[in-house]
Amino acid sequence: MAIDPALLQRLGLRPTEILVVRPTMGFWQRVYLIEVVRGLGVTLRHLLRNLFRQQDMPTSSFPEVVRTLPEGFRGLHRLTKKEDGTPRCVACMMCPTACPADCIHIEAAESPDPSVEKIPLRFEIDLMRCIFCGFCVEACPKDAIRMDTGRFFDLAGTQREDFVLSMERLLHD
Amino acid sequence: MDNWNSHPAIIAGRLLFAWMLPLLFLPLMIWFERKASAFMQDRTGPNRAAILGLRLGGVIHTLADVLKLLSKEDVVPTRVHGLYWRLGPFVAIVVAQLLFVIVPFADDLRLPAEDITLQGLQLDIGLLWPLAIGALMVYSIVLAGWASNNKFGTLGSLRAAAQMVSYEVALGLSIMGAIMIYGSVDMNTIVRAQGELLWGFLPRWGIVLQPLGFVLFLVAAFAETNRTPFDLPERDSEIVAGYHTEYSAVRFAFFFMAEYIHIVVASGLVVTLFLGGWQVPWLGTEALRQNARAVLGVMLGGLVLAGIVIVPAALRWSKRLRREYTDARRHEGSFWATMFTGAALAGAAGLALLPGLALPGWAPAVVAAVAQLSVFLAKTLLVALTFIWVRWTLPSFRYDQLMRLGWKHLLPWALVNITVTGIVLVLLGGGS
Repeated sequence: MAIDPALLQRLGLRPTEILVVRPTMGFWQRVYLIEVVRGLGVTLRHLLRNLFRQQDMPTSSFPEVVRTLPEGFRGLHRLTKKEDGTPRCVACMMCPTACPADCIHIEAAESPDPSVEKIPLRFEIDLMRCIFCGFCVEACPKDAIRMDTGRFFDLAGTQREDFVLSMERLLHD
Repeated sequence: MDNWNSHPAIIAGRLLFAWMLPLLFLPLMIWFERKASAFMQDRTGPNRAAILGLRLGGVIHTLADVLKLLSKEDVVPTRVHGLYWRLGPFVAIVVAQLLFVIVPFADDLRLPAEDITLQGLQLDIGLLWPLAIGALMVYSIVLAGWASNNKFGTLGSLRAAAQMVSYEVALGLSIMGAIMIYGSVDMNTIVRAQGELLWGFLPRWGIVLQPLGFVLFLVAAFAETNRTPFDLPERDSEIVAGYHTEYSAVRFAFFFMAEYIHIVVASGLVVTLFLGGWQVPWLGTEALRQNARAVLGVMLGGLVLAGIVIVPAALRWSKRLRREYTDARRHEGSFWATMFTGAALAGAAGLALLPGLALPGWAPAVVAAVAQLSVFLAKTLLVALTFIWVRWTLPSFRYDQLMRLGWKHLLPWALVNITVTGIVLVLLGGGS
């Protein structure tokens, strides 16, 4: 392949030759029919194996058979609670700041407890925006948000509003 | 009535049968296309649609597809050529259907009065009919693609025209050797000639006498049906859907059906010319008629055997279904087990009754015809499924490769085949 030497010079590259060795076909491959039969053998092998051993197929029939997700899988979020049942979240705004998809919306309020500065009044996650990166979990200083529910495949809804998780739903999951 | 064979009702019945046969193959073909391709690629394929929990391994999906295509809006793009655009799918399906009438599906049915030919139409031109009518197939594609007023459509139809015209040459020449050997273009004569034995043990099938002709014909038939590896007219990755890009709903379904009917017809021709047609290997029509009782016994035994093989498998499957499903689908295994138990019991009862049964006079002829029909259908189905099998195995050809294969390989080899066949026939002093 010829490369413009001026271009190489401008890019600061030295001209080199690249030898590309392409596989060549032997006589029997050129005849092609034998290769066709071999190919048919491959597909037939797969067909028969999957026909007689369907349980070994990698596919799982989803609604009936739910696959167990590996440990540490970042699934649906949940908000953790303190021992008295109130959310651990202190509305510090670390998670919406860390969120690259801008999907967490928090409205803070003054805490009745004098030892805590703020509590969330509203904590919403818009799953339509969420990219499940887990940065919110990393950012949280209070271990108030986790993604360990293991739910991921059944997140379906009929309208956009279904995908905005309120604080109640996040606390329940 | 003296002349049963040309009675209008008999003719109509034969035509109806020849017309329905490819249509009956359709669901099976589409099912195999989807399910087998899935298995070949380690997927599960369609397995959801069910009627009362019966999924038939995905066949119900075909039914759902048909209902969907029938109920969809019939979109007619604004700037298509109205008449030609509407004509395309009809020509496709009519031509595909017309091809099959020439294929005989069993030897003459010998009734006390007269022999009744089991073939859609008895035409003296025989083998020339599918060649002549098959050439019309290109009209439907060109009409559809050009009238669509769509670049992809036009490209697809241009490719189709070039491809089909090129391969028709090879198709016609590849069967010349077979015609020389059989000395006739009449399909029934050809099939009868294949009932003899070669060297006393080998069925004198076309594939034995004309192996090269068989390969050439098969390849050309693949090209004529526009199947992968010759799917240039409708290659999805290059020209969307080719000539039927602008078609939707029922009109698309027509093209879709025409393609599968064409496969069935091509398989029927391959079977008739090269795989012995309706001939049961090593058993001629006379042998079948004389041993009608034994043939019937083998058929009933087959039922029993099917039951013995399938019922335990169905019961094992049933156990898994009951574990996995809570709806009506969990009973599917039991359903099949019941059906095949019934079939096996019926077969066993028939076997028990058979020795004491007095067969009526027409029975041997009918049993022979049914046996031959089953064998013919089995062969045709096997070849038709090979078409699908090949599609999911091979990558398709580039345009220049296609043309090189057609003109520089198939055509010369077909000529070589004709020459060699002619020389051998002359040396043997036989032929006609």
